[in-house]
Amino acid sequence: MTVTPDLDARFRDAAAHAGLLDAAYDIVDSPVGPLLVAASERGLLRVSFDPDPDHELERLGRLAGPRVLRAPRAVDNVRRELDEYFEQRRDTFDLTLDLRELTPFSMRVLGELALVPYGHTATYGELASRAGKPGAARAVGTIMNRNPVPIVLPCHRIVGSTGALVGYGGGLERKVQLLRLEGAVM
Amino acid sequence: MQAIPPFETFYTEHRGIVLGVLRKRVGAERAEDAFQETFLRALAAYGRLRDADNLRGWVLTIAERVAIDVHRRARSTDELPDVPHEDGRPAYEDLGELTDGLPPTERAAVVLRYGYDLTYDQIAAALGSNPIAARQATSSGVRRLRKRGEL
Repeated sequence: MTVTPDLDARFRDAAAHAGLLDAAYDIVDSPVGPLLVAASERGLLRVSFDPDPDHELERLGRLAGPRVLRAPRAVDNVRRELDEYFEQRRDTFDLTLDLRELTPFSMRVLGELALVPYGHTATYGELASRAGKPGAARAVGTIMNRNPVPIVLPCHRIVGSTGALVGYGGGLERKVQLLRLEGAVM
Repeated sequence: MQAIPPFETFYTEHRGIVLGVLRKRVGAERAEDAFQETFLRALAAYGRLRDADNLRGWVLTIAERVAIDVHRRARSTDELPDVPHEDGRPAYEDLGELTDGLPPTERAAVVLRYGYDLTYDQIAAALGSNPIAARQATSSGVRRLRKRGEL
């Protein structure tokens, strides 16, 4: 028996509306490719450049709980802010974040990362110093690589000490694309 | 013992069979609401599941309970049953005139019992009383009608 798209959508809306989900997700189109975004009642859990839910759902289940469901309406605010960012109508995000799994140091680093302004860059070492651990540039690199909410927390703005772009969890090409969009590189 | 899969996986694997079963149990018209209710109940309980050994049996059990509830609700809200009548008028219309003048509870009990063919349990529910009182109201109504020479 085939469930019609309409019935399917109504169930997903009802599930999100009832507040029964540990995490709601959807795939959002963007100029850097499709993004999987997931949010709990507390806030944004994940932005992933790998839009294949199979890879992400198990992880979301372990992180937030097993009631993980694709529910587009539940992440409408995320979609809207990302759309505005890519249309250059937004340079900061107003989304609440749910970063429950992170260590205190990661939280401090990401807190500092959030303060790096649109269109600017900082180095891994600078971010380490700002988070209170000068010399922890390598650890900061790892934290950037595992950033659960890239784009929203702008790890693409963190570059090597020589200004080289170095690496990016979503691939160097996307990092260049995002920095170009912001006018930080030509 | 298997780990509990994300609800998305469980839902997409079972939505087809659940809808099929519900269409058979409650009809196409009511199946969509029952489908929503089944998966919302499953979702509400999903966080408390301890293992994933028989998710199909589990969700079909929920669907069955929803189907029973749908039938129960339908019974209590459907129109009262048609009762056979001889002269083109339903029995409860005749009884309505016949019982005019009886005390209200007795009148209602007689009409529900003989006009609509309800059981005393159903009459008690309709009158907000109990089956014994419903039976007493009915029979004293009938006695009163006999005395009046209506029966």
